[in-house]
Amino acid sequence: MARVLVGVKRVIDYAVKIRVKPDKTGVVTDGVKHSMNPFDEIAVEEAVRLKEKKIASEIIAVSCGPAQSQEVLRTALAMGVDKGIHVEISGPEYKTLQPLHVSKILAKIAQNEKVDLVIVGKQAIDDDCNQTAQMTAGFLDWSQATFASKIEKGDNDITVTREIDGGLEVIKSKLPAVVSADLRLNEPRYATLPNIMKAKKKPIQKLTPKDLGVDVSPRIKIVSVEEPPTKQPGQIVPDVDTLIAKLKDAGLC
Amino acid sequence: MFPRHLTRQFSGQLRRFQSTLVIAEHNNETLSPITQNTLTAAKKLGGELTVLVAGTKCGPAAEALAKAEGLSKVLVAESEAFKGFTSENLAALIVATQNQNKYTHIVAGASSLDVIGIKSADTFVRSVYAGNAIQTIQAIDPIKVLSVRGTSFEPATLGAGSAAIEKVPTDGFDTKLTAFVSQELSKSDRPELTSAKVVVSGGRGLKSGDNFKLLYDLADKLNAAVGASRAAVDAGYVPNDLQVGQTGKIVCPDLYIAVGISGAIQHLAGMKDKDLFKAVPEMTQKL
Repeated sequence: MARVLVGVKRVIDYAVKIRVKPDKTGVVTDGVKHSMNPFDEIAVEEAVRLKEKKIASEIIAVSCGPAQSQEVLRTALAMGVDKGIHVEISGPEYKTLQPLHVSKILAKIAQNEKVDLVIVGKQAIDDDCNQTAQMTAGFLDWSQATFASKIEKGDNDITVTREIDGGLEVIKSKLPAVVSADLRLNEPRYATLPNIMKAKKKPIQKLTPKDLGVDVSPRIKIVSVEEPPTKQPGQIVPDVDTLIAKLKDAGLC
Repeated sequence: MFPRHLTRQFSGQLRRFQSTLVIAEHNNETLSPITQNTLTAAKKLGGELTVLVAGTKCGPAAEALAKAEGLSKVLVAESEAFKGFTSENLAALIVATQNQNKYTHIVAGASSLDVIGIKSADTFVRSVYAGNAIQTIQAIDPIKVLSVRGTSFEPATLGAGSAAIEKVPTDGFDTKLTAFVSQELSKSDRPELTSAKVVVSGGRGLKSGDNFKLLYDLADKLNAAVGASRAAVDAGYVPNDLQVGQTGKIVCPDLYIAVGISGAIQHLAGMKDKDLFKAVPEMTQKL
């Protein structure tokens, strides 16, 4: 039976219309609704399903960030994760925290906890990096199966269907491995009230990057964060003829 | 502080120390167009430019690339180890190439969101929050690894250049960690979604997969690629790889026609008050 590690990130809720700070240092996060990164919910769901199929024995969820990151860990616990690890990083270091730092932390925990499989979301919807899975696999020298839409476990490997440009691809990766979840891997469950209550009793271990021997000093400087250029307002045409005429005038068809 | 000509000389000297390795994307038969966009981005970094082509059959891509202007070298790594382009084996090759030649930048094209602008050799512009904010970052590390968004850079022409093609040793890169099993590609005669000049996209409003035929007919008239919203993909109307958006493909056509998609206001103007099942065929007929 496999031990599974899932990475979960607390991000601004996907339905929130974000606002850039007037001083261009970042986006407004205070008082804004946050939730678990949608791809991480899929990662957690897959881990829980592996446990339900008796493939996984224990699931550990890790989140790196300020104190509020514990909220997403509680959500993961309510979905069926057994234990949480909160790696506390706040203040200026959290602002410049990158996939590089997070993957070093995940790699270290994967080794400490002797896991066989790491599942993370394919990207976080805030920084849109799409790097953590790949870097974690790199640090561990494990195989990687990214953008997974189907995972089947064999004896000593996993067969993963991946979403690629132009279609699907099937690969066989040796265990231990790192997998990143794509949108269509599964449909995450809702945490039920009884499970939310039960999750309050499950353990969350608190660690710092220092405990793990990981240096989280900045590797980038954020020069500025700005609004994207605004588009000119469009116009509504009365019928198809006018539409085609306008497109032709503009040389578009 | 310094006389201007001195400053210029100094920065010129810095530039000479830059060297960039571009990882070519290809399918063993043809070079992927995104590599040409990547070359343009790489040229903005200044300095020497080398392209690495790895695969089981590198000839066609390497020959096409040798014609690109401004390249100093095309490195070719042909081996069965690169079947299916598994990350583990390619990474081993790239690291070995890097250790030997000490590039300052390693660049590849990206199908997901990445660098959309290059301000200087260490300052890059990228989009975050699904394109709702634009972030400028300065990378502190001595070696910069970046992936560039194809639609943000013009494709470099493959014309008069004559870069030397050099084979590199390929032993020892088969990590045997991951094996390629099979691939199932959606077949289409239409232009490729990410590089098409015109895109016709359908959403939940199409109501069924069969109704997408209306869009295919319209797309054929416009020589357009067909895309879809996440709702249409999730409902099973079309395959996943047609999805346009944050988690799907980034497109940047001259004309984007959105049909039955709730998202933006500038969707197929004129169809707002009209039944799309009448308007789309009418448009197809009149074109």
